[in-house]
Amino acid sequence: MRKHEPRGGTFIALSIFFGLFVLFLYGPLSTIVILSFQGENGGLTFPMNGVSFHWFGNLFEKQAVGDFGGSFTRSALLGLMVMVTTVVVTLAAGLAFRRRFRGGAFLFYLTVASLIVPSILVSLGIGLLFRILGLPPAWYSSAFGAHLTWTLPFGLLIMFAVFNRFDKSYEEAARDLGAGPWQTFRNVVVPIILPSLIGVGLFGFSLSYDEFARTLMTAGTFNTLPLEIYGMTTNVTTPVLYALGTVTTAFSFLIIILSLVGIVVLRRRRARRLAA
Amino acid sequence: MSVTSTTPITEAAPDAGAADRPKKADRPRTGIAPYLQAAPLALILGVFLLVPIATIVVVSFWDYDFARIIPDFVLTNYQELLGSNVTWRTYLNTLRYAAIVWALTAVIGFTVAYFLAFYVRSTTMQMVLFLVCTVPFLTSNIIRMISWIPFLGRNGLLNSALVDIGIVDAPLEFLLFSDFAVILAMVHLYTLFMVVPIFNTLMRIDRSLIEAAEDCGASGWQTLSNVIIPLAKPGIAIGSIFVVTLVMGDFVTVRFMSGGQSASVGLMMANQISLLQYPAAAAQAVILLVTVLLIVAAILRLVDIRKEL
Repeated sequence: MRKHEPRGGTFIALSIFFGLFVLFLYGPLSTIVILSFQGENGGLTFPMNGVSFHWFGNLFEKQAVGDFGGSFTRSALLGLMVMVTTVVVTLAAGLAFRRRFRGGAFLFYLTVASLIVPSILVSLGIGLLFRILGLPPAWYSSAFGAHLTWTLPFGLLIMFAVFNRFDKSYEEAARDLGAGPWQTFRNVVVPIILPSLIGVGLFGFSLSYDEFARTLMTAGTFNTLPLEIYGMTTNVTTPVLYALGTVTTAFSFLIIILSLVGIVVLRRRRARRLAA
Repeated sequence: MSVTSTTPITEAAPDAGAADRPKKADRPRTGIAPYLQAAPLALILGVFLLVPIATIVVVSFWDYDFARIIPDFVLTNYQELLGSNVTWRTYLNTLRYAAIVWALTAVIGFTVAYFLAFYVRSTTMQMVLFLVCTVPFLTSNIIRMISWIPFLGRNGLLNSALVDIGIVDAPLEFLLFSDFAVILAMVHLYTLFMVVPIFNTLMRIDRSLIEAAEDCGASGWQTLSNVIIPLAKPGIAIGSIFVVTLVMGDFVTVRFMSGGQSASVGLMMANQISLLQYPAAAAQAVILLVTVLLIVAAILRLVDIRKEL
């Protein structure tokens, strides 16, 4: 099929369309990256009034930005908690769904429903629940749970895809060689699906690190980073806002790149072992 | 990674659905293991999804004054809500956003996915371009909204360009803080949710079907409309469910990009929450949830997403 695909005018038109789409996705983001290097007297829009690191320095002064360090630490810790929980819980559930079990259909539809229920509803529901129970909402309890309702469904769907493609003969071979269920899981299944687990972890961390709506009513006294940034949009009118955006986005990209490198390295190593 | 994230809906559903009606005789003994493995997921979703939604339903019948919420059984929250013109207008406006954003994301998303699936030849290139499309999903929505300010603002790039070229005399005021900005930002944020599922279904179309259509003399356009689009329906449906539910529940984009000038259901709820009118917000939430579920049910009636198997 691929050999005689039409590659004439349609191809050129679609390529241009795709290029514009990518520009649409990344163009605005790149303008705030550029503007975060705005000179000391520069404003929120072009032209650039010189080039400086002034606004990045400003980030670490308490009076300019709320609590950047604290909110960043909280968001990063919360992201790690959500990441670990998402990987462990969805891996276990993914294994469960390889067999039929009572209530499996209900659990599956409940997980999918978790994707469809609007975020603000989850936020309100958990906020109300904590209020009625007299529990103080906090980023590590109520917000943690709220984030999981968003990351677990994505994690589980990835797990389904992984186990659908999983070649069971590897497990059978291990069992024939005398490995117990735990040994098979630990030494055969986990190494094979490790790249996908990194992918699930990346989703878990990133979706939590950037989540706003689900955190709104569940964060309690201390803000997470997205809440802090949102608060800044109403009262900060200097490029320090862009500097913050640039730093947090750079952090997101760093995590994404590290995960992708991890996945590629693991895949390569496995391919080499199989070849040997 | 996310390439695969939506396919299992279709692959796993019948499997999971079959669990309800197991034939005891030909079913191997499951034992306790799957229950233990599924327990954490069930527990978390129970505590942080089912119970909170039940709480919302209960609280929607409670009474409140300026400082407290009072356990009770009153229908006033619903009566006030449904009896108010503001509510109906807000719902209409939100549905209008949903319809416009859905149409735009469906067209853009399909075109992008179609290009990736059928016009990019090397698999590596396909993966790289797909990643380029999905990476923004893993960055902050708030920052992606903020990033429109230097572009759309009164002294933004677009206005300066328009004035310089001479198309307009004075900067356009409607670019930022308007319905236009809200829809632009939503399309910017949510098109990915269309691209991924559509790309998935397109990749699974048997290429010999397209060859057959061509051999029978179908033009490129006929192949697209008679073969590819019908086969891509499940992906379009999944993407539509994502986009419509995201827009219906959205409040951040509407608040930020309209500068407080437009209303949406989510925003109305957020305002009630900030005024501590929790039972009113809860009633609003119940109605929103019912609306969203009805839309999803309608989409699923039109397109069987399990047919794809």
